[in-house]
Amino acid sequence: MSVIGLIRMGDNTLVLGQRLSEWCGHAPALEEDIALANTALDLIGQTQLWLDLAGQREGQGRTADTLAYTRDAWDFRNLLLVEQPNRDFAVTMTRQFLFDTWHFEALQALINHADADISAIAQKSAKEVTYHRERSTDIVIALGNGTEESHDRMQGALDRLWPYVGEMFAQDDDDLTDMSVLRDAFDVHVSQTLSESTLTKPDSDFAHQGGKTGTRHSEHLGHMLATMQVLPRNYPGATW
Amino acid sequence: MYAQMIKSEASQDDPEKLTAFQARIDAGDKIEPKDWMPSGYRKTLIRQIGQHAHSEIVGQLPEGNWITRAPTLERKAILLAKVQDEAGHGLYLYCAAETLGVSRDELTEMLLDGRMKYSSIFNYPTLTWADMGAVGWLVDGAAIMNQVPLQRTSYGPYARAMVRICKEESFHQRQGFDIMMKMADGTDAQKRMAQDALDRFWYPSLMMFGPSDAESVHSEQSMAWKIKMNSNDELRQKFVDQTVPQAEYLGLTVPDENLKWNEDKGGYDFSQPDWSEFFEVLKGNGPCSTERIEARQKAWDDGAWVREARMAHAAKKRSAKVAAE
Repeated sequence: MSVIGLIRMGDNTLVLGQRLSEWCGHAPALEEDIALANTALDLIGQTQLWLDLAGQREGQGRTADTLAYTRDAWDFRNLLLVEQPNRDFAVTMTRQFLFDTWHFEALQALINHADADISAIAQKSAKEVTYHRERSTDIVIALGNGTEESHDRMQGALDRLWPYVGEMFAQDDDDLTDMSVLRDAFDVHVSQTLSESTLTKPDSDFAHQGGKTGTRHSEHLGHMLATMQVLPRNYPGATW
Repeated sequence: MYAQMIKSEASQDDPEKLTAFQARIDAGDKIEPKDWMPSGYRKTLIRQIGQHAHSEIVGQLPEGNWITRAPTLERKAILLAKVQDEAGHGLYLYCAAETLGVSRDELTEMLLDGRMKYSSIFNYPTLTWADMGAVGWLVDGAAIMNQVPLQRTSYGPYARAMVRICKEESFHQRQGFDIMMKMADGTDAQKRMAQDALDRFWYPSLMMFGPSDAESVHSEQSMAWKIKMNSNDELRQKFVDQTVPQAEYLGLTVPDENLKWNEDKGGYDFSQPDWSEFFEVLKGNGPCSTERIEARQKAWDDGAWVREARMAHAAKKRSAKVAAE
């Protein structure tokens, strides 16, 4: 069992939870505001579980908080997809849909992990993520079908984010499970949703890499961490 | 207390009906949406519930300002849950207002074009993490003072919304106090933040109750209708009496040289806030007034295509269903 694999799971939920929380008070409707905050809350809760376990298994006394608040960007192991900025609701929800679809499959696989702690976290998270995927799927369908403007915005968002899909399935030995085998199930759900949404899957399968290995994050992650980590960095030693 | 300076509307209704209506209120009946009610009662309630709902929504902004900078994952989760609750309160309150014949969209437009107000308190900035404590402790504390009696208000949907809201607000207030305890017990910098937050939020919190009732010409009718349950001064006194010992417990100093226990009245004597500042804030001259409305306007404008698309999609689904039948 790899500590990096646990950190990857926790960093994905942390970075996406942080991104979603930027919407608070600014969403297109009250119901969306509540749902975005609720999803962010689930993801932050999952982060605590994954990163606490990572800290325990690493055995150097790091907690979920020290991992979240004291590492710099190059030590983060999240997917490039989740650190992409919110931009508009189309980009935010398309990013969510792509992530949820992968996350759902990844957690289903991890429920069967031999390590009981991993299995337990996956089981708890899967309940929440089932609902996340249902909601983001419904929104992709509604906005893909809604108006000409919403359709164009959703297609634009999909074209923009598609190059970040491949990294989710790039296999290496640090992952908690073989991610490459999840691609078929991902493709089935995505294709079905896109066809119901009247959206077109981009042709190119080009994939940006460097998030889950930490070797080349986007420029956006550093800014996010500068905001997120400001208090523990400015006031080291304080408890909150 | 998120409703301030609510102008009570006169009713030009049949005097006999008005007397019968007042008799129902006096007997403790709940008025329900389909019941006859004086036009003034309806209009005053729309204004009051609308202002309360807007306050919940605008009130997301000063706290939302710190969600991305919350210092631990647990604090982040608690703050997210709190701000999410506030959006939920806004939702119940808009629903309660809708039962009086006004839509959420109409109310939102009235907020954005300045015809409706939100509580003065949310025009103040949140500058340090201790402000998340002060907002919970003082602002939610002041809100609870007013909202607990409103659970018994005469309008059924409003009273029921308030029951649910009060449960969550008390939890928020405890969370706020918990942040203050950690800060007041923390490093020198944290203590300084805690005192600074109290210094900045004390008087704006006292303003939440509105000016003295002696100056308010509208309280009497609202009190007769049981949509206002206590006088502004009464609630403000209660708030000060509850809060001063808590500040002492925290080791913080309330920024009022005239604060003194008065044995005769069994409460504290205290300084009034600067009411000219309050009226400036209501006029739109609060430190964050422009930004708050700008943020809501932007969310409304940027979200228009999403709301339109969802309506269009729902309409397409409905017509597809009809076609299939």
